[in-house]
Amino acid sequence: MHSPSLWRALRAPRYLLGGWPWRSAAYLLSGVLVGVATLVSLLLLAVTGGALAVVLIGLPLLLMFALAGIPLAALERRRLRLIDPAVLADPHREPDGPGLAAWVRVRLKERATWRELGYALLFAFVLWPLEALVVGTVLVVCGGLLATPVVMATVGGGEEVRVLKIWLAHSYPQAFAAALVGALVLPLLAYPLGVVAAGRAALTRQLLSPREAAVDSRIQELGRSRMRLVDAFEAERRRIERDLHDGAQQRLVALSMTLGLARLENPGEPLGGLLAKAHDEAGTALVEIRELIRGIHPQVLTDRGLKDAVEDVADRSTVPVDVRFELPGRLPEPVETAAYFAVSEALANVAKHSGAARAEVRGEIADGELVVEVKDDGAGGADFSGGSGLQGVADRISVLDGRLRISSPAGGPTVFRVRIPCILAHTAATAEPATPTTTPTRTRT
Amino acid sequence: MSRIVLAEDSVLLRDGLKGLLERFGHQVVAEAGTAGELTAAVAEHRPDIVVTDVRMPPGFSDEGLRAALELRERQPELPILVLSQYVQRAYAEELLDSSDGTSVGYLLKERIGHVEEFVDAVRRVAEGATVVDPEVVRQLLRHRRAPLSRLTPREQEVLALMAEGRSNAAVGAALHVSEGTVSKHFGSILTKLDLSLTDATNRRVLAVLAYLRG
Repeated sequence: MHSPSLWRALRAPRYLLGGWPWRSAAYLLSGVLVGVATLVSLLLLAVTGGALAVVLIGLPLLLMFALAGIPLAALERRRLRLIDPAVLADPHREPDGPGLAAWVRVRLKERATWRELGYALLFAFVLWPLEALVVGTVLVVCGGLLATPVVMATVGGGEEVRVLKIWLAHSYPQAFAAALVGALVLPLLAYPLGVVAAGRAALTRQLLSPREAAVDSRIQELGRSRMRLVDAFEAERRRIERDLHDGAQQRLVALSMTLGLARLENPGEPLGGLLAKAHDEAGTALVEIRELIRGIHPQVLTDRGLKDAVEDVADRSTVPVDVRFELPGRLPEPVETAAYFAVSEALANVAKHSGAARAEVRGEIADGELVVEVKDDGAGGADFSGGSGLQGVADRISVLDGRLRISSPAGGPTVFRVRIPCILAHTAATAEPATPTTTPTRTRT
Repeated sequence: MSRIVLAEDSVLLRDGLKGLLERFGHQVVAEAGTAGELTAAVAEHRPDIVVTDVRMPPGFSDEGLRAALELRERQPELPILVLSQYVQRAYAEELLDSSDGTSVGYLLKERIGHVEEFVDAVRRVAEGATVVDPEVVRQLLRHRRAPLSRLTPREQEVLALMAEGRSNAAVGAALHVSEGTVSKHFGSILTKLDLSLTDATNRRVLAVLAYLRG
């Protein structure tokens, strides 16, 4: 269970001397303001939306009512930091595409949205009045006591004053005694203030945090098994690549060499002609097998990493491609593989559809994510819905909790962006030559 | 005739290569199956040239290339011909950057099939030439597409063959034109790309490669 620092501070003897009482007061007081604003906004949206719903103008207002919990919850998560430094994560997903419609669609389907609306209603009708009561009591009691001499001098005309509307004070010594009591009560009241604020914060945390624990364990298991499947699939590709490389390709090279020698020994017809034909065909087979191996799993990716592999694809592209990568060394293998195939697919699409004269691939690590962007200066308006290659790319990325986003407005540019969470491998940026320990080991089957 | 250290982990191919090189009068003084054996064999036999595969045990990554680069570092004038089952511009660039880029070759393994050209490449590298696989040159040409678009298709062909490490005569023979025609194309390439190149083959190869790498 999360234990916010306010609870700990409350138990510490130095509670009163630190900033915690003030923070608690600020939290509750700002809560009252936000609560009032929420109540007014919700009522306005509901009433005008409901009244205008008949003429359809009200429907967007009702939609806004339904989504009203989202900005409030975002604000509440920020406000929570006043007394609880542990950041509360946003429970919402990234929308599937750009634009307001996609955003609304995703939000309406999320449970978090409705939970946040519930929070907004609870806040508007129950929580802030309670907070107002607590803060108000503290303010009135302490303020009333402390202000007694002043009230006596002004309103009371130096004669008499009612302390907290209960007792009657007749002289200045009595009035100052009341103020003294107020000064003594103030630190005592700081404790209930802190307790209420901490309780309120715990409630916010409870209601507005992402529901990781609530996720069905079966879904987690499904995610894990999907990961295992992709790993197995990748291992299988590697094995096929190795087998082709060590077996068929080597034999074809040997065959081609033998045929070359045979041609030297037998220049005359008809054998010479047949040997030349066989030699050429062996050569063609070698080219094909080389391309096949590269398509299955490029060795340069294993040997040199993402940047070199992407440069290799860029060199082969029919459209000129600028590659700008800033990576601090090698990345985890599944990340490199997914990003590589994403870039390959994107560049293949650029070459096929965009009519672009140039393309650019950029890659960097930002906020613990590998971000790779492929951008072209083509006509845009690309339709990616039918591409099975793209689906495969998206699946690989989603297994790694990454995201693929494509935007291709008519008129361009088409931007293909991949983000994959990525914990950096410990290898240093400066690759040291001839250190066999850093090269991937390989088992032969 | 050269004394050769041959490094290749596939026995089938190693035997084939040995037979081929010996048929053309070379002497294979040592065979190596791993990068470590290669380094040891070079230290022991002091060969005229090393012919090595890129991918070798123990890691089956690019041990052969790394060993080659290390050998060049210790012995900058040692000729090395690196064979690879796929070409990679980065590998070629590392080799070209080792010492001054002379006496190195980087070829696709399948070029062995063209036995006479292959043996000729071995001889040229041993004599100090730089030999680069046409596939690498193709990648380099794509890499530098923009300035090269000023050249005619014929001039691009000439440039590519030069980058592979060929002399004027060899370029002429490959394109079935006279040496004089090659010289003419060469002059026009110099003007268009604003390059100053000598006629000495290998210095020119290195300059062209340096230009293509950008």
